[in-house]
Amino acid sequence: MLEGLLVPGAVVETADTAWMLVATALVLMMTAALAFFYGGLVRTRNMLNTLAMSFVAFGCVGIAWALFGYSLAFSGARAFIGGGGHFLLERVGLDARGTIPHMLFMVYQGSFAIITAALISGAVVERMRFSAYLVFITAWSLLVYSPVCHWVWASSGWLMAMNALDFAGGTVVHVNAGIAALVAALLLGPRKDYGRRALLPHNVPFVLLGAGLLWFGWFGFNGGSALGASASAALAFTNTMLAPCATLVVWMGLDLLRSRRVTAVGLATAIVVGLVGITPAAGYISPRLAMVLGALVAFPSYFMILWRARTGIDDSLDVFSAHGIGGIAGALLTGVFANDYWGAPVDGGLQGNWGQVGVQAVGVVATLAYSGVMTFVLLKLINLVLPIRAEARDESMGLDIAAHGEEAYTRGEGAILVQGAKS
Amino acid sequence: MKLIVAIFREEKLSETLEALFRAEVRGLTVTHVQGHGGEIEPVETYRGMTVRMELNDKVRLEIGVSEHFVDATVQAILSAARTGEVGDGKIFVLPVEKIYRIRTGEEDTAAVTPVT
Repeated sequence: MLEGLLVPGAVVETADTAWMLVATALVLMMTAALAFFYGGLVRTRNMLNTLAMSFVAFGCVGIAWALFGYSLAFSGARAFIGGGGHFLLERVGLDARGTIPHMLFMVYQGSFAIITAALISGAVVERMRFSAYLVFITAWSLLVYSPVCHWVWASSGWLMAMNALDFAGGTVVHVNAGIAALVAALLLGPRKDYGRRALLPHNVPFVLLGAGLLWFGWFGFNGGSALGASASAALAFTNTMLAPCATLVVWMGLDLLRSRRVTAVGLATAIVVGLVGITPAAGYISPRLAMVLGALVAFPSYFMILWRARTGIDDSLDVFSAHGIGGIAGALLTGVFANDYWGAPVDGGLQGNWGQVGVQAVGVVATLAYSGVMTFVLLKLINLVLPIRAEARDESMGLDIAAHGEEAYTRGEGAILVQGAKS
Repeated sequence: MKLIVAIFREEKLSETLEALFRAEVRGLTVTHVQGHGGEIEPVETYRGMTVRMELNDKVRLEIGVSEHFVDATVQAILSAARTGEVGDGKIFVLPVEKIYRIRTGEEDTAAVTPVT
């Protein structure tokens, strides 16, 4: 992931390119997987709206990234934001960037920008005005995602200069989207029936299918962040398997203690939390410690989810508990477990460098502050011209019909053809 | 002529249909319904949310029968749909004013006599 890994003057290696082509496709699939993970958790009448909130990120954020976002993240020599050197894909060609074509690096990074924006949608489902959401995630990807990505991964970024460790996006992707989700949920207010009625997941099988596909895609997310078919990729791949395994075991135990039953939604949630946790550490820590990390991150997220549900905070699909808290825990534990032997640029606390935990905390706090404030400002500004909350009537009816004029599951009974084929 | 309406546990549907077919009761309609029969409500957990499900899935059978089929039908349902736990359901036997078979226009008892 680190742009710093990209040695100038290197040539395109076919093996590295082959792996990165596959990894990019894997990460792109994650946004579709996320759509189903989220979609299964909402009510029937908002299924299409929730799926659409992820799928539109391919369009809005994908284009924003190619036109401006990539340049704002990965060009120029400033510490806080990139420049305009690669606007409109200027000078993004087939020449080597590291050992892969520059264009492939751009599109791989674009797949991260897309899913990060889509992650936020889980906090605003079932009540956000769709047009306002489109404007929001497009602006957010340019004004929040790209700068934070620049700080951490661009060679001139200030967090990169401090040696803040983030192998595949614990801070850039998960803390960033997690805090944005929390702020958006607070600004938008709870759903009309929140706290008064049971708002149940309408399709738990989709939740598990989505989580399974997310895990599959995450091998490209973490494994690809080595930017080549290297030993580092194999380590990240291994850790991406082992950490969520440990999270699952702990989560099952906590579920058993709490309700004497292992829940299926809990299994899906545990997988995501474990994956989030290992993301910043994937290529930097030993597989044994990856299991420890996976086990540890289960605790804060699990109890945050329980606590959140008793508050008035309608972070509907617990984006902050899973991605925000999981991301923070993962980022800090990376500072504890990082090991030069396993490829980390600097050692962590267990190797005697406890200062690294402080460096990690700086990255986390900066991201929380910047993303939180910017999300607040962006939503307030959008709300001036386009109310961010859907009409109360539309919310009751369900946003599938109100916003999209479609239903997820219709048998067509009572449907009279108004316009169709000429008979 | 009677209309027999039985509401009982969904999981007992196959057994009950078998018993009815063995009793040579053939014409019937099944509707999937939800209801509460005084049973203990199951508790479900979704992340931080715990809910008690007040409604359970039940099926509703409607069977139009001639007088001498009433007992056999009721007995078949009583024996097949029963578990002994609270929530097994009810059988209602209602008088019927008139029956027509749509295909032939036959009326009353002729309309509910199985076609052989």
